[in-house]
Amino acid sequence: MSDYGLLIDYKYCTGCHSCEVACKLRLNLPDGQYGIKLIDDKPWQIDEDTWEYKWLPVPTKLCDLCADRIEAGKTPTCVLHCCAHVMEYGKVEDLAVRMKELGSRTVLFVP
Amino acid sequence: MPFGKVSTPVQWEEDGYTVTRTNSWSAPGDHPTGAGMKLYVKDGILEKVEGDPEHSILKGALPIRMLSLPEYVYNPDRVIYPMKRDPKKRGDNTAWERISWDEAYDMIVGKVKEYTEKFNSNSIITFVGTGREAGNWGPTISCRVFNSPNICYMQSGWSCYGPRMAVTSYVLGAPYPEVDYAAQFPDSYDDPRYTYPGCILLWGKEPLKSNPDGFWGHSLVDMMKKGTKFITVDPRLTFEAANSEFWLQPRPGTDTALAMAFLNVIINEELYDYDFVENWTFGFEEFTKRIQDMPPAKAAEICGVPEEKIIGAARFFAKSKPGAVQWGLAIDQNPNGVQLGECLIAIMAICGCIDVPGGNVMGAIDIGGLGSGYSDLDPQDKINEQIGVDEFPALVRTLQFTDPDSVLDQLESGAPFKLKMGFFTSANAIANPCNVPKRWENALNTLEFNVATDIFINPTISATCDLFLPVNTYAERDMYVATHYGAVGLWIGGIKKAITVGEAKSDVEILRTLGKKLRPELWQYDTDVEYINDQKLKTLGITMEELWEHGWWHVDYEYQKYAKGKLRADGLPGFMTPTGKIELYSTMIEAWGDDPMPYYKEPPTSPVSTPEYAAEYPLVLSTGARTWSYFHSEGRMVPKLREVEPNPLVDINPKDAKKYGIIDGDWVWLENSYGKCKMKASVQPGQKEGALAAQHGWWYPERDASAPELFGVYEVNVNNLTPYKTVGVLGFGAPYKCLMCKIYKA
Ligand code: SF4
Ligand code: SF4
Ligand code: SF4
Repeated sequence: MSDYGLLIDYKYCTGCHSCEVACKLRLNLPDGQYGIKLIDDKPWQIDEDTWEYKWLPVPTKLCDLCADRIEAGKTPTCVLHCCAHVMEYGKVEDLAVRMKELGSRTVLFVP
Repeated sequence: MPFGKVSTPVQWEEDGYTVTRTNSWSAPGDHPTGAGMKLYVKDGILEKVEGDPEHSILKGALPIRMLSLPEYVYNPDRVIYPMKRDPKKRGDNTAWERISWDEAYDMIVGKVKEYTEKFNSNSIITFVGTGREAGNWGPTISCRVFNSPNICYMQSGWSCYGPRMAVTSYVLGAPYPEVDYAAQFPDSYDDPRYTYPGCILLWGKEPLKSNPDGFWGHSLVDMMKKGTKFITVDPRLTFEAANSEFWLQPRPGTDTALAMAFLNVIINEELYDYDFVENWTFGFEEFTKRIQDMPPAKAAEICGVPEEKIIGAARFFAKSKPGAVQWGLAIDQNPNGVQLGECLIAIMAICGCIDVPGGNVMGAIDIGGLGSGYSDLDPQDKINEQIGVDEFPALVRTLQFTDPDSVLDQLESGAPFKLKMGFFTSANAIANPCNVPKRWENALNTLEFNVATDIFINPTISATCDLFLPVNTYAERDMYVATHYGAVGLWIGGIKKAITVGEAKSDVEILRTLGKKLRPELWQYDTDVEYINDQKLKTLGITMEELWEHGWWHVDYEYQKYAKGKLRADGLPGFMTPTGKIELYSTMIEAWGDDPMPYYKEPPTSPVSTPEYAAEYPLVLSTGARTWSYFHSEGRMVPKLREVEPNPLVDINPKDAKKYGIIDGDWVWLENSYGKCKMKASVQPGQKEGALAAQHGWWYPERDASAPELFGVYEVNVNNLTPYKTVGVLGFGAPYKCLMCKIYKA
């Protein structure tokens, strides 16, 4: 399992919650439980013209990397539904190469 | 043929599910964005939904409002049978009794006939909400079924889309022009005719959350990734603002001054497109003189934006090729908004943004657009009898809707005649758009017979209605969706029925059935599809069946139509305005009785125009802050959506919070001379100092539905603070985004 992971280009993550809700619906989770949890860092100011404004979706212990979907030849539901198309699923080594292409502010999770 | 490309039929079997390919609209919630979706049904039950990766624009993405569709469809609060209630028991939500559709139709037909005979059919008034599909059918049901010209959108100054549509029709001779997001091409951004915008000027709008008017908000992120730059004009820090080259944070309601200053810089520094100005605009010289009234230094003082930022942003935009402007609801919700609209079209025009790749695209044709039915009024000149036409002729004649405040007057006074029956089609007035909502509730209760079509019993229905007709969702109907209500013709998607829930019916089925009973000569159609094919799609040469087969249809788009004689009825080059040009000096606005060129006017109440008022109510208040979870007053009962956004929020700058002793998460009252409401404070360093941004449309489905509680709507309704008939010269624009209030801990 640890051969695969999720790459998130979080500089373009808009905080839309689609990954979070899509995952909850798939895993049928009650209020307060998540397969991937969107972490909110309230925007704060660096200098006059620069704001730190970011969200970060973090997979939890409940994330199984959408094993059944992968088996059926689909992408994980969080990846498919991400409104900003900033999530990718794949082999860790391939994702590491992608990370280099995407440049700054990316993160790779191996749940 | 510019049809979409799909690899599946419209329905197929997969894993024990019947899967249906469709495009979302409403109900429930969104503007006509047409997200491509697959609906998974087992044993007649919609179990889950998925985004469609083959959709040309969304490519599988789905906002949470769509992902949670099953929780909406099967919500325990949903009402799926017709119900009636004794008019004496309005407000008592326990007094509803289930009836059959036949009984419901008979009641309506009986009343319509009675009121038409005794009083004139004008005494029947149709109320529409915003954004939902039903809005499309308001004029049809009013004119073509009830034979009444009185259609009402209950928001003072028609402050949603109306002012922008009016000003574009005057100045540009076309509907509202949209940022080019390649939606017209089946291959989307890959089409060789397309170019990404160099810079998008985002003015008073938050497209990511709102998917405004059918524009897919996240396409801005697609463009951002390809190098498009942004300038954002917004008192709030949004994702868009944080990722902009320039973020200008004006005091709410002052941005006409800011836009004039942009033009001042662009014109005086000669950064404009000479050729376009020379050939395709009217009144440039006078306009140049007028714009001298607003040097950037003066605007800086009015708006509270640094002068060098105004100059920098204006230069940056003018030098970006192509530039595009996206302008939002803040233009509509401002009594000075017509002038702001004139300025923004002027910026588009003189910077060469109009109808070029990556600029602002214009609708060539109306693809199955907003309301039709006016021509079915009998006699035709009934259109001249719309309420408010004498006081606000520009508004009423341009939008072909009544003036909302004038309707309120007439309900209250019964003069010049008494209105008798209200038909609410997806219009939760007292929770959502109405100014003075309590006054509206009382006024609506002067009507003898009120019918509502909706999905849930909302506060307006509980308070005022006698008959409830259950409407179905887009998962339960055959329909089409055209972005921008069809006004900016880009593409149309097919909506395909996948399930049936209770006895809920489509909006079109309800109006068809009533139409057959009331004016049978106009209603020969036996199905919704027959009606749509004949009345909406025929002129395009396509059918619903083809839409389903191909997923969607794209208009065969041509840029620079003005140069090719493709905009005017007479086939000559130019625009559909009286002068044939884009009118920087607007002959139409002049003819309607306002200044033909832009001018700045302070908001009706502000620290500058009413310093005494401001001493008591020091903070500028904007309403209508958008959320991911909700579409206006919809969705508070949907668990997954409510979990994401459980409380009504008001954003406040940390310095203001400190000054008024408020900490993040405190319940607070917002109050002014009109009323008050209770919300939760969200302390946001990015919020403009001295200004608050409050959400709208809230009610609590979990609370008591009956009066006086009415789901807590009056406790939380920010429009308690919005005035009556405080609009621009022509009647457009109430100050929903530039009120004044005080804030204190609850
Ligand atoms: S991969 Fe699947 S299980 Fe893991 S976070 Fe994404 S949606 Fe949830
Ligand atoms: S779906 Fe994508 S953009 Fe939305 S919150 Fe998740 S990662 Fe961010
Ligand atoms: S102006 Fe805003 S609220 Fe009104 S219809 Fe357009 S997007 Fe919706």
